[in-house]
Amino acid sequence: MTQPLRLELRTAPHVVKGTSVERIMFHVVLALLPICAFAVWQYGLSALALMLTVVATCLLTERLFNRLSSTASTLSDWSATITGLLLALTLPPSFPLWMGVVAGFAAIALGKALFGGIGYNVFNPALVGRAFVQAAFPVAITTWVPAQFPGRFSEFVPTTLTAPLMIPPDITAWVKGHVVDGFTGATPLARWKFENQVADFGDMLSGVSAASVGETSALLVLVCGLYLAARRFLDWRIPAAILGSALLLALLFHLFDPTRFPPPYFVLLSGGLVLGAVFMATDMATSPVTPLGVWIYGILIGVTTVMIRYFGGLTEGIMYAILLGNALTPLIDQVTQPRVFGAGKGKKA
Amino acid sequence: MVIPGQTPPTNLDEFLEGIWKQNPVFVMVLGLCPALAVTVSAVNALAMGAATTFVLLGSALLVSLMRRIVPREVRIATYIVIIATFVTIVDYLIAAISLELYEALGAFIQLIVVNCMILGRAEAHASKFAPGRALINALGMGIGFSIGLFALGSVREILGAGTLFGVPLFGPDFQPWVVMVLPPGGFFVLGAWLLLFNWWRNRKPAPREPVVAAGEASHG
Repeated sequence: MTQPLRLELRTAPHVVKGTSVERIMFHVVLALLPICAFAVWQYGLSALALMLTVVATCLLTERLFNRLSSTASTLSDWSATITGLLLALTLPPSFPLWMGVVAGFAAIALGKALFGGIGYNVFNPALVGRAFVQAAFPVAITTWVPAQFPGRFSEFVPTTLTAPLMIPPDITAWVKGHVVDGFTGATPLARWKFENQVADFGDMLSGVSAASVGETSALLVLVCGLYLAARRFLDWRIPAAILGSALLLALLFHLFDPTRFPPPYFVLLSGGLVLGAVFMATDMATSPVTPLGVWIYGILIGVTTVMIRYFGGLTEGIMYAILLGNALTPLIDQVTQPRVFGAGKGKKA
Repeated sequence: MVIPGQTPPTNLDEFLEGIWKQNPVFVMVLGLCPALAVTVSAVNALAMGAATTFVLLGSALLVSLMRRIVPREVRIATYIVIIATFVTIVDYLIAAISLELYEALGAFIQLIVVNCMILGRAEAHASKFAPGRALINALGMGIGFSIGLFALGSVREILGAGTLFGVPLFGPDFQPWVVMVLPPGGFFVLGAWLLLFNWWRNRKPAPREPVVAAGEASHG
């Protein structure tokens, strides 16, 4: 007797690729490491301590909510580590460690765990954490120290080791004592907004200006992003749409009134635009999936960022722009559903 | 809340209903407007709780007394007029007792009249039962509401100003959490309390009664 021919029936997808959530997340961590290393070189012990504290808080909070919801540990998927690193990169280097703990807890608890964990979050957790501490501690989050101050590897910035729940000390005198030319430590964005000074192109590209921990060198962030995009771990269209639309809008404003609005490169290189566009807006759970939707989402973020920077009360707008984009993601996905192949034109699929 | 097949509630049940089982803030999630707006300090929260309790008691008594003579068609308008009367009384009372408190609470004293918890109690309870029972229930509800407001107000005052009833807890160097005295802080603290209570409830479910989630509640 011959065996009857066996047909194995399977549903799509038939092509199995070796990527998994853990693998993608691990590579994002790898791509973030050079930025972190550069931040430590620029800001020394304080930045290192802040990053370690925030990451540890994020991991502990994730574990706590695993316990509370009686689910298996999700620490090994690296997503909480990424949230912690990204959050630390958006904070000022002199941020008190205890406020870093608050930020890390808010990021994971409010931004992620309450929605159901990885993949279910509506907003980028790191930005939720930052938005929380921005609303809670508006002074501390806008206190900057100059990059590459002497003695950064042997001592902490005085504010870093503030006792929990206490006001960080005033560091104006400390900054003056450490920096020869008495540079105040304002960010390029703040100096433009309040003193109408445009920072030097080269300084901003290489990152020798006061800023948040990880947003000083736009060039480095772009290179790390290119690596991820080349490995197809992030959608290159999102940063392209954000940076392109921001650049174009800044160019239009600059042509309209060059004395009032800075040149376009300033918009691109200052603040956290590149970091946000490359690492935060591309969060897979909180960005659209349709091809058209991705472009709409990116342009919306780019335009909102420039608008907040030019006409809003804040110096930096990328955080709220991305959070707004996250909020609109389900709507964008819904209205940009591609036509189902074979379905008639104008018909709903 | 008489459920068929169960023994009718005792006076103690009526009283405890508002404090625990049907707490206006944590279970019914009613009256959110004052619960979020004025609970920036423990004193404000307790004052608002007391004012609301007064209006609840007064309206429960009057509605209950008039429950047989009010025509069904105009009952809501009647309840509103009754409630508005007591709100006016409490408005003048607070202004007379403490002008400072009156200014802190602002328009939210007058807005007690639109607190849906009060109208809800008049409609669902006081208009159906004798004055004694209605008063006991209203007192429980008022105390429950005050406890809810105090739970919000104390946390927000501790984190937002470092004080409780104006007494500094952490010394002069305390860093206030600005967000806690802003409206989002109210939502965060309310959400945290709801999380805590729901988690506790789901952890040890009552054996007989089906678990009533906070989701049954409506807007306030």
